[in-house]
Amino acid sequence: MDRILEVRNLVTRFYTLDGVVHAVNGVSFDLRRGETLAIVGESGSGKSVTVLSLVGLIPKPPGKVEQGAAYFRTEQGRIDLLQLSEEELREVRGGQIGFVFQDPLSSLNPILTIGEQIKETLTRHLNITGEEAKARTIDLLAEVGIPDPELRYKAYPFQLSGGMRQRVVIAIAIACRPQIVIADEPTTALDVTVQAQIIDLFNHLQQTLNMAMIWITHDLGVVAGLADRVMVMYGGRIAEVAPVDDLYERPAHPYTVGLLGALPRLDSKESKRLVSIEGTPPDLLIPPRHCPFARRCRFAFERCWREMPELTPLGPEHRVACFYDMERGGPRNE
Amino acid sequence: MAFDNLNFSHEPDSLLDKERTWGDRVRYLARLLWRDRSGVIGVVIFLSVVAAALFAPWIAPYDPLAQDLRNSKQPPVWQEGGAWDHPLGTDNLGRDILSRIIYGARVSITVGFFGVIIAASLGMIIGSIAGYLGGRVDSVVMGFINLLLSLPYLLFVVFIAAVLGRSLLNVILIFGVTDSPIFARVTRGEVLRIRRSGYVESAICAGARWPYIIVDHILPNLIGPLITLATFEMSAMIFYEAGLGFLGLSVPPSIPSWGNMLAAGRKYLTSATWIATMPGLAIMYTSLGMNLLGDWLRDVLDPRLRRSRR
Amino acid sequence: MNERSELLRVEDLKVHFPIYGGVLGRKVGAVKAVDGVSFTIRTGETLGLVGESGCGKSTTGRAIIQLQRATAGRVFFDGTDITTLRGKALRRLRPKMQMIFQDPYATLNPRHSVGKIVGEPLKLQGLMRGKELEERVAELLKMVGLNPAFARRYPHEFSGGQRQRIGIARALSVNPKFIVCDEPISALDVSIQAQVVNLLQDLQEQFNLTYLFIAHDLSMVKHISHRIAVMYLGKIMELTDRNTLFEDPLHPYTQALNSAVPTPNPALERKRKRFILTGDPPSPANPPSGCVFHTRCPLVIDECRTQIPELREIFPGHFAACHLADSKGSSKIAL
Ligand SMILES: Nc1ncnc2c1ncn2[C@@H]1O[C@H](COP(=O)(O)OP(=O)(O)O)[C@@H](O)[C@H]1O
Ligand SMILES: Nc1ncnc2c1ncn2[C@@H]1O[C@H](COP(=O)(O)OP(=O)(O)O)[C@@H](O)[C@H]1O
Ligand code: SF4
Ligand code: SF4
Ligand SMILES: [Mg+2]
Ligand SMILES: [Mg+2]
Repeated sequence: MDRILEVRNLVTRFYTLDGVVHAVNGVSFDLRRGETLAIVGESGSGKSVTVLSLVGLIPKPPGKVEQGAAYFRTEQGRIDLLQLSEEELREVRGGQIGFVFQDPLSSLNPILTIGEQIKETLTRHLNITGEEAKARTIDLLAEVGIPDPELRYKAYPFQLSGGMRQRVVIAIAIACRPQIVIADEPTTALDVTVQAQIIDLFNHLQQTLNMAMIWITHDLGVVAGLADRVMVMYGGRIAEVAPVDDLYERPAHPYTVGLLGALPRLDSKESKRLVSIEGTPPDLLIPPRHCPFARRCRFAFERCWREMPELTPLGPEHRVACFYDMERGGPRNE
Repeated sequence: MAFDNLNFSHEPDSLLDKERTWGDRVRYLARLLWRDRSGVIGVVIFLSVVAAALFAPWIAPYDPLAQDLRNSKQPPVWQEGGAWDHPLGTDNLGRDILSRIIYGARVSITVGFFGVIIAASLGMIIGSIAGYLGGRVDSVVMGFINLLLSLPYLLFVVFIAAVLGRSLLNVILIFGVTDSPIFARVTRGEVLRIRRSGYVESAICAGARWPYIIVDHILPNLIGPLITLATFEMSAMIFYEAGLGFLGLSVPPSIPSWGNMLAAGRKYLTSATWIATMPGLAIMYTSLGMNLLGDWLRDVLDPRLRRSRR
Repeated sequence: MNERSELLRVEDLKVHFPIYGGVLGRKVGAVKAVDGVSFTIRTGETLGLVGESGCGKSTTGRAIIQLQRATAGRVFFDGTDITTLRGKALRRLRPKMQMIFQDPYATLNPRHSVGKIVGEPLKLQGLMRGKELEERVAELLKMVGLNPAFARRYPHEFSGGQRQRIGIARALSVNPKFIVCDEPISALDVSIQAQVVNLLQDLQEQFNLTYLFIAHDLSMVKHISHRIAVMYLGKIMELTDRNTLFEDPLHPYTQALNSAVPTPNPALERKRKRFILTGDPPSPANPPSGCVFHTRCPLVIDECRTQIPELREIFPGHFAACHLADSKGSSKIAL
């Protein structure tokens, strides 16, 4: 499988009046053609900042992408997204990389009809006439499951329900047949029934369009039926990355274990006590010199307070940043 | 899963354990002020204008009405022919412009202050009633208020001013009444928001009576947005008062006010520009300062934004 | 469970919000937020209330604890009808029933210190003051897992989970018997949700509390509840114990909701056949005739469009409001 996106050692900081927020601290990962990569972690763990850094959507100031590279493979060759000009990035965004955010209302223009907004994306990125764009828009609305697309073409965002609005945002995201779609908590604000509809739609679109997808969420429950691989983030670092089955069957990082334990199990008759991760997320104003999870980790030992664990391979695709070996029940051998 | 029985240790957040002293609070306020330097500028400008208005007789170098025809149209010091005895120059009747501007602040601040007091009181009463009673009363009152707000405001004010005639009291009344709908709308919105807010509901659940809820929950949360609004509206009133003065509809021409000075300077725009530009600059200075102040107050008075760390 | 006494009985509760329109502000219609809801809750029990947003869950909870006047129906608490209480009698009842709200950011007055917030109910009820109150506040904060020194701080200094703990401490201060938990965890991260749910369960055990637990997330509701009521457009569709609701749901809407819940098990998820509801719920200002679910129900028959299905007891303790519901499984959606 070929890699469509390679992110290397991404570091993003925010220079605020309270101090320097170390939001993303050396994140490296790959995205393969056609796969779904889920990024999971509690709020503030740096999920959004990671993906926004890639496409120049970090507010500057206070934000700054300090270092790293993000190689994006297109038909024209390999480009480093972090070296592109604002102009070039605008081409990429909405063209080769589509976005879906948590709050559909804030990503739609309230005074334009949804048809006009989709059409605008099409005419900006593709070389087509207004007529063609309108026809394509109506096809797109149908594609994302909006009933009566001709009629809805003239609707304004406020006239639609939350779920319908999110479908419109998805239509805009896939309008130019992007190679990557980034979805940042796209269902967090929606009801479970609508969430199921949207996940179903994404699964369907991904099969028909063969696009790669990055799906950000704080809920490991949603990820099981959706992702090929999962990347767990904590304190602006990758804690663990693994194929989806591996992650649920053999979680290797105490934080992943905690996230899984926090989910109620529908498949058991007896209701067991949930495993909760006590304490609060790390303060990103203080750059830790040790494992960021140490303060909340029940396996923490002396080394964890001294060194920063690096991502180390466990299996062919499974990597974890932890000094403790869960399987053996003791410190990991080097 | 094999980890069902494990429980993660809980350790209180050490960063929050420290107790806060008064010294910390003062330092925090200082940092807040320093953080928003434009806010500091706003405060300084506003206080300087208020001081000018309050202490005009002691600050002003001349009697603002004293004419000195021999020295008429003397340019400000930095222009050729200017001198330090009249730093901002004199007008067509030889009156000292600096003194007139200082005295003019009295009219502006009086109109702004009392205008806002009237507008805010009226607006708060109407808005609280609409927001508190809700239902049909609310929709009728707010329908009327929105109708008022949709009228071309300035035209409306000019019309009333022309009908009522020129006096300070009339100007204050006009501004007070015509500006009250804005206060009514904001008050009503805030009262509605606060009434439905979780903390009022949970106060009801705790068995609170309405007087307690109004004093302990609604008023303290209402005051912030209203003070901010009052600052912006006062700035607008000062601006509009000058506008009316310029049209000859504000205080009588014998009283030194920025608007009257503007109107008087109109004739000399080509020969003695400073007669009109000096009061113009005073208006700009005040309005800039009050807008900076308002922006700053908006942030400072909102406790949600007053967070030291997250 | 059965031998426990009944603490709360809701009978045919209705809450309709009038819609005013036109220049004169005349009543032009009504939002039927809650439209004939009945159930009972026993002492020490947790009744879960689930449904899509806007179906009337919060309004039901608010009408029960008398934050919202009911349009019709009655609510019995400890045997007395509390919908008729007013003034002082109502205020005296308040401490027995408390509420924990959804939005931990909005429910704590930003201008009050945590100590004042937690101690306010005790003070209002005239139960404690001064030193005694301070000590009780410290004890309450400890009870919900917070540092007692936090009493001097303000809500904006806390994270969502911590604020929810503050809300819980406040609700507990007056030793309530019954607590309405209105989506107390919806605004929180999953990892923090578990903390709060564990805390609520511990407190229930410790003080024999009775909960009405409102949520739109079925998995957490199943975890915490003994029995669950499913609501749709202001009406109860199904009511039964938690295991039956998941293993043998009778109402097509419950089956659809179950189907929408993701399971944290990739192998299972891949094999799983789901029935996914299409569209959104209709507006409660203009609900469909007959069975309110008929516009989205895959099993709809002619009768559903005209006849309102009653909430019937199909099996002992298992109620469903569907014309097809019977003991032979006629109301099951085939996957
Ligand atoms: N514009 C900003 N200014 C300052 N700090 C920011 C900004 N955006 C994000 N951060 C900080 O960066 C960290 C990571 O945020 P984010 O990536 O949004 O987390 P999440 O995992 O919830 O998506 C957080 O600590 C957040 O406070
Ligand atoms: N105070 C109110 N005035 C008018 N309509 C309301 C009011 N409160 C709730 N509603 C309406 O009643 C319905 C049910 O609301 P709610 O009980 O909050 O639902 P849920 O908690 O299930 O999301 C919604 O359609 C909502 O718009
Ligand atoms: S490195 Fe140590 S502290 Fe960090 S997660 Fe592993 S065991 Fe816990
Ligand atoms: S009564 Fe009819 S429409 Fe309603 S749930 Fe049953 S089958 Fe479906
Ligand atoms: Mg985010
Ligand atoms: Mg609700």
